[in-house]
Amino acid sequence: MDFINAIIVLLNYTIIPALTYGSQLALGAIFVTLIYGILRFANFATGDMMSFGTMFAVLLTYYFQSLGINLGIFPTALITIPLATFMMILYMLSIDKFVFEYYRIKKSPPVQLAMVSVGVMFVTQAIIRIIIGPADRTFLDGEKFILKASEFKEMTGLNEGLTIKSTQAITIVITMIAVSIMFWFLNKTKTGTSMRAYSDNEDLALLSGIDPKKVVLITWIIAGILATIGGVLYGLDKSYRPFVYFNNMLPIFAAAIVGGIGNPFGAFLGGYVIAFAEIFLTYAYKKFFTYILPEALEPNSMMQILSTDYKFAVSFSILVIVLLFRPSGIFKGKTL
Amino acid sequence: MKQYLNVITAYLIMFTLIILVGIFQSWSLALTILNYCLISAVMTIGANIQWGYAGLINFGIMGYTALGGLAVVLVSVAPVGEAWSVGGLNMMICLGVIIGIVFSIRLTLKKIAKSKKRNYLIAAIIIIGILLLRLISAPAIESIEAVEPAKTGFLGGLGLPVLFSWIAGAFLAGGLAFVVGKVALGLRADYLAIATLLIAEIVVSIIKHEDWLARGVKNVIGLKRPAPYEINLQQSPWFIDLVEKFHSGKLALINSVSEKQDVLNQLVIDASSVYVKLCFTGLFLTVVIILLIVTQKALYSPWGRMMRAIRDNEEAAGAMGKNVVKQHLLIFILGSAIVGIAGAMMVTNDGLFTPGSYRPMRYTFVIWVMVIVGGTGNNFGAILGGFVVWFLWVEAAPIALFFINLFTAHLPETNEIRVHLINSAPYFRFLVIGTALLVIMRFRPQGILPEKIIKN
Repeated sequence: MDFINAIIVLLNYTIIPALTYGSQLALGAIFVTLIYGILRFANFATGDMMSFGTMFAVLLTYYFQSLGINLGIFPTALITIPLATFMMILYMLSIDKFVFEYYRIKKSPPVQLAMVSVGVMFVTQAIIRIIIGPADRTFLDGEKFILKASEFKEMTGLNEGLTIKSTQAITIVITMIAVSIMFWFLNKTKTGTSMRAYSDNEDLALLSGIDPKKVVLITWIIAGILATIGGVLYGLDKSYRPFVYFNNMLPIFAAAIVGGIGNPFGAFLGGYVIAFAEIFLTYAYKKFFTYILPEALEPNSMMQILSTDYKFAVSFSILVIVLLFRPSGIFKGKTL
Repeated sequence: MKQYLNVITAYLIMFTLIILVGIFQSWSLALTILNYCLISAVMTIGANIQWGYAGLINFGIMGYTALGGLAVVLVSVAPVGEAWSVGGLNMMICLGVIIGIVFSIRLTLKKIAKSKKRNYLIAAIIIIGILLLRLISAPAIESIEAVEPAKTGFLGGLGLPVLFSWIAGAFLAGGLAFVVGKVALGLRADYLAIATLLIAEIVVSIIKHEDWLARGVKNVIGLKRPAPYEINLQQSPWFIDLVEKFHSGKLALINSVSEKQDVLNQLVIDASSVYVKLCFTGLFLTVVIILLIVTQKALYSPWGRMMRAIRDNEEAAGAMGKNVVKQHLLIFILGSAIVGIAGAMMVTNDGLFTPGSYRPMRYTFVIWVMVIVGGTGNNFGAILGGFVVWFLWVEAAPIALFFINLFTAHLPETNEIRVHLINSAPYFRFLVIGTALLVIMRFRPQGILPEKIIKN
């Protein structure tokens, strides 16, 4: 019995939150990796682009709520995703048209494009703050829990409760669907194959008649969908605050590089690696050990490897270690 | 002379702008802006050495700035005797353990051939070392932080004059740059950018959360100053006389004695803050001029030529027998050390150390915008960039407010859009800076004052 309790403790406080957070990171990391693989630059505006899409979802959610439209037990934000994504793609395409295209045609070095993306980051941040302001906003409605701790305890008779928030379930399900569709698209359709070819070897792809404009367009569309979904899911699960989204850029970059930048599947796994490492290294295992160890050996300290203050630092350290010992990422293999 | 014409015009325009702020807003504000411009100029000199001379992209400026600030606390604050007596010994042992770990790893790397066994040995040394550190430091940290937590709760510093901390800041930042450079300089440009950004985040989060070191997010206030305090100035007779002499014309117009005294008091209060800021301006200007002379000399020396050769073509420079790795490391350390000085200067200017305020936006990306806008590879350009961008950063909000009022003048006071826009005026600074960067990158990628190569 104690053993099951210990497992439940781990599930409740580490595994489920890590899966959720990992999914959110994974979507962002695939976004980074796609831009890096096809447009060939590190996009420092990642966090703010995700924030931009989420901003529309938040505003539309408020609008729909004022009209009385809702999805019952599901959050209203889910119906706003398509519209928000549309706005996001429009924004990305106009940014590409006015800013990035020039440097792409000129074949500027990637560092210059990264610098330009810093400029885009500033402008995007300004637009977001002017439209919605810097405040913290929650836009979650509908049923909050799928499984409450008290219900679980009643059902199973265990000491420890298991809580599953609806946002956690929604995040994991939607991420799985979105990512599967994306991989199907990249691997099985003709457009996807042409994108992979373009990423692999630009000149060869151009020689075989692939239209670069189309590839770039599709890349931004996929990136826009992933960025908006990732941003909205994060906002539903935690809350929406522009500054936090900017900061999330850092673990997202870490996930993309850990997975091997330019490799979407690596980025997908990288998100979970970062999330699990962050949560496992900063969780206090006292309760867990109280269950599995005999009474004589019970720990009296928190059994925490690192204080939760260092949550971000963990993912950055992993990234630095990976960069030093395996710069191509831990999941080597074919890119894109 | 002619070749310096654009430099002189650019600087004249900049100083006119600052003087205009003095006339239209206040002299105190103008001097505050000028001081921050000078601090930014030091940071941009540091970043420009790395990016302009050697093409190394360092997004970790925030980390070195924070270390410079930490140096001020560690050097100038008086030591907390009680904290030292309860936990000082353990902390010293910890320092010894860290040095021991580093040396034993170095020894293993040297003595044992590259193998799996060596990797396991190193991992074991690190894990045992960390466990040992935690065991020794945990009780000490707890007791140090318990010493008057509202006022101290940290080890304090050395109690030396604050100007020493500028040098200490340079050494701290340079030391970190040595470690970072050793491990990360082999990376490709964009990876290096990300790696340095994240390492800086780690450094800042350590400063933020290790309360025994510098009180973490509880901040250290009331740091020493290399300039007199306003209160003392307001009471010293020579200063009051000086103000009286300076404003004698204005004071002569006032007849009543008590009114005259009131006006004089107000003038003395204003003048004292201006005087203090002028002292800082003098100090900062000295640093900027010294750095400018040194960097300018270095740029046009054989060493500077070699750096440019390495930047423009690493392979060719390597083939000519230049040690690219060593030079990259050297310049990375030098640039970071200069940024460390700037960090120390800034904390000295503010008189307080707030680790929570170190954010990548303000301390990395804005500095980079300065370097790019000003002119990469040109020291005058980098300094000008520091001035222009800091000026925009501060003045963007008032200017935006002016335009908002102008364009929404026909709307009623309570109009929702107008109120919303007026409330969001501060965020226009991001828009201005971002647009400035994008425009410069597009139409003048070398910056306002481009790099000049003197051939003789």
